[in-house]
Amino acid sequence: MGLQALFFYLFAFVAIASAFMVIWARNPVHSVLFLILTFFNAAGLFLLTGAEFLAMILLVVYVGAVAVLFLFVVMMLDIDFAKLRSTALEYAPVGALIGVILAAELVVVIGGSVISPEIGKTIANPIPDVATRTNTAALGDQLYTTYVYFFQIAGLVLLVAMIGAIVLTLRHRTNIKRQNIANQVARSPETAVEVVKVKSGQGL
Amino acid sequence: MDNFAEILIASLHLTTPELMLGLGALALLMVGVFAGERSGSLVTTLALALLVAALGWIFLNPVEGLAFGGVYKADAFSRYFKMAALFAAIVSLFMAGTRAKAENLTQFEFPVLVVLATLGMMLMISANNLISVYMALELQSLALYVLAAINRDNLRATEAGLKYFVLGALSSGMMLYGMSLVYGFTGNTGFAEIAAALTAGGHSLGLVFGLVFVLAGFAFKISAVPFHMWTPDVYEGAPTPVTAFFAGAPKIAAIAMLTRIALTAFEPVHADWQQVIVFISIASMVLGSFAAIAQSNIKRLMAYSSIGHMGYALVGLAAHNQTGVSGLITYMTIYMAMTLGSFAIIMSMRTQDGQPTENISDLAGLSKSNPFMALILTLLMFSLAGIPPLAGFFAKYFVFVAAIEAKLYALSVIGVLASVVGAFYYLRVIKVMWFDAPKVSFQPSPASLKLVYGLSGLFVTAYVLFGGMLGTAADVAAKALF
Repeated sequence: MGLQALFFYLFAFVAIASAFMVIWARNPVHSVLFLILTFFNAAGLFLLTGAEFLAMILLVVYVGAVAVLFLFVVMMLDIDFAKLRSTALEYAPVGALIGVILAAELVVVIGGSVISPEIGKTIANPIPDVATRTNTAALGDQLYTTYVYFFQIAGLVLLVAMIGAIVLTLRHRTNIKRQNIANQVARSPETAVEVVKVKSGQGL
Repeated sequence: MDNFAEILIASLHLTTPELMLGLGALALLMVGVFAGERSGSLVTTLALALLVAALGWIFLNPVEGLAFGGVYKADAFSRYFKMAALFAAIVSLFMAGTRAKAENLTQFEFPVLVVLATLGMMLMISANNLISVYMALELQSLALYVLAAINRDNLRATEAGLKYFVLGALSSGMMLYGMSLVYGFTGNTGFAEIAAALTAGGHSLGLVFGLVFVLAGFAFKISAVPFHMWTPDVYEGAPTPVTAFFAGAPKIAAIAMLTRIALTAFEPVHADWQQVIVFISIASMVLGSFAAIAQSNIKRLMAYSSIGHMGYALVGLAAHNQTGVSGLITYMTIYMAMTLGSFAIIMSMRTQDGQPTENISDLAGLSKSNPFMALILTLLMFSLAGIPPLAGFFAKYFVFVAAIEAKLYALSVIGVLASVVGAFYYLRVIKVMWFDAPKVSFQPSPASLKLVYGLSGLFVTAYVLFGGMLGTAADVAAKALF
């Protein structure tokens, strides 16, 4: 128990500290890297509560896809962050409003069990005990039996999305110069270099 | 686990036609990828064979039952509508396939997307749960968005695709919001369970809210007023074979899904949805009639015509009785036959140098240059206007009889008046063909299109002879919901 508590405080502390650093870092690339650190620590917290599926999904989706996308955007677009920062204070009221709304929602979620005590029952109900069946296995049990029909249609929807993206964007352009490594390697001094005798005092 | 395997096999047996299309689409993709860029016509032929096989399977194996724990339902109603949707898809793909070069639709992805969209439609028709409704609808819509924009170098086609996508996503969002409210207020997503919850608990304001949102989403999919704005632009911008596909199969599927959800899940609150359907129906009939008058482009004309026809079809649903649903089924069948024929003619409208034209004024003098095409288009226009003894008259007759049976007098009177106004623009096309001086002469129609519009003309003319058979089939299908 002591070890678990130790790790909880470690993850929680690093998560909060790196979340602050996301805002405070001067370099936007550092911000994104701190964001990734926050995600890792949140995943660690999930792992401690026994939600190993959520932990893995958080890493795969948020770190693997979303954060990397952020990183690409930050590095590829030429955004003047100093300028953005100077006007950031104008948007502070909106940010504060969103913060208040989020805080209120948190209160409602936590207060919900006080208002209707039967919610506690539903929360405890469908999940098998972690000791007997892991989250991932329990989810798989449901996904591949009760919901197999929806799961398969979802797969087809994603297939259509993929076909659509390819049909609408892939272009086989002509007149493009591509690197042909075999040709480059096969070049010999005879084809690549021309030796010209230049008389002194004269140009070419 | 043996029990589960048995249930799964029984479910797979019920969903065989869908499995055929799903697995077939994957196989066709492989064929297309490995056969290279020029495999369009091969894949189209295989896709047609696949759709015909699915149609044949449904025709030969009348199965009934619930699959996958009640989320999918096969019955006489779904059987009829699936055959209609498959038929419309087959004819559209056939027309597109034979004219692929001229219409610039040579990519092998085109038939694959048509097959996947048709799969979505079949799942929509059989959906018996809000989640399956939404998933099937997204599968169909997503494929249709891509089809609308498949000519990506054409500005109008991309605009049509984008417009369809944005508005479609909006309507999906509204429908999903409505579904979440329905789920919240009944505690279930299955149609039978929702109906049971509504019978037991009565209805609340929140549920009516959800119901209205769900109906708004459906109204978008069948392009009923006030959610019709996308239709003329998408019909005009999309390549003509794609428009022919849009006008037929997806509407059949969406109407079938709307009918099933209204008459099973929301049966206990029918007074609530009936008001909405009556309003949508009147608005569509009136707008379809008046807005079409000013159109000079025949594809836009067909778009407004389809808006109006959806209004007439919904009269059958508004009547909320078995006669009405039977009339609705007959209406959709006849509408499909007329629309496919009309689009076969629109696809044949090419000037001598091969340029497609879409202006109604270019039809001038068609009776002299191409009498057969003019004759068929005249029959189709008369039928669309609802003039006896052609099929379109019987379609309207059956739904209005049902509406009068249900004592919806105002709806019937407005509907008949709207159809009189609508007759104006159909008759204008006929007048241009027979009495105006010729301006442009068309290329002779290709045999494939001639076959399609010839059969369509035969259908509307001979309906009076064999209509009884179709009516019996529609009655059997309608009975499944009552």
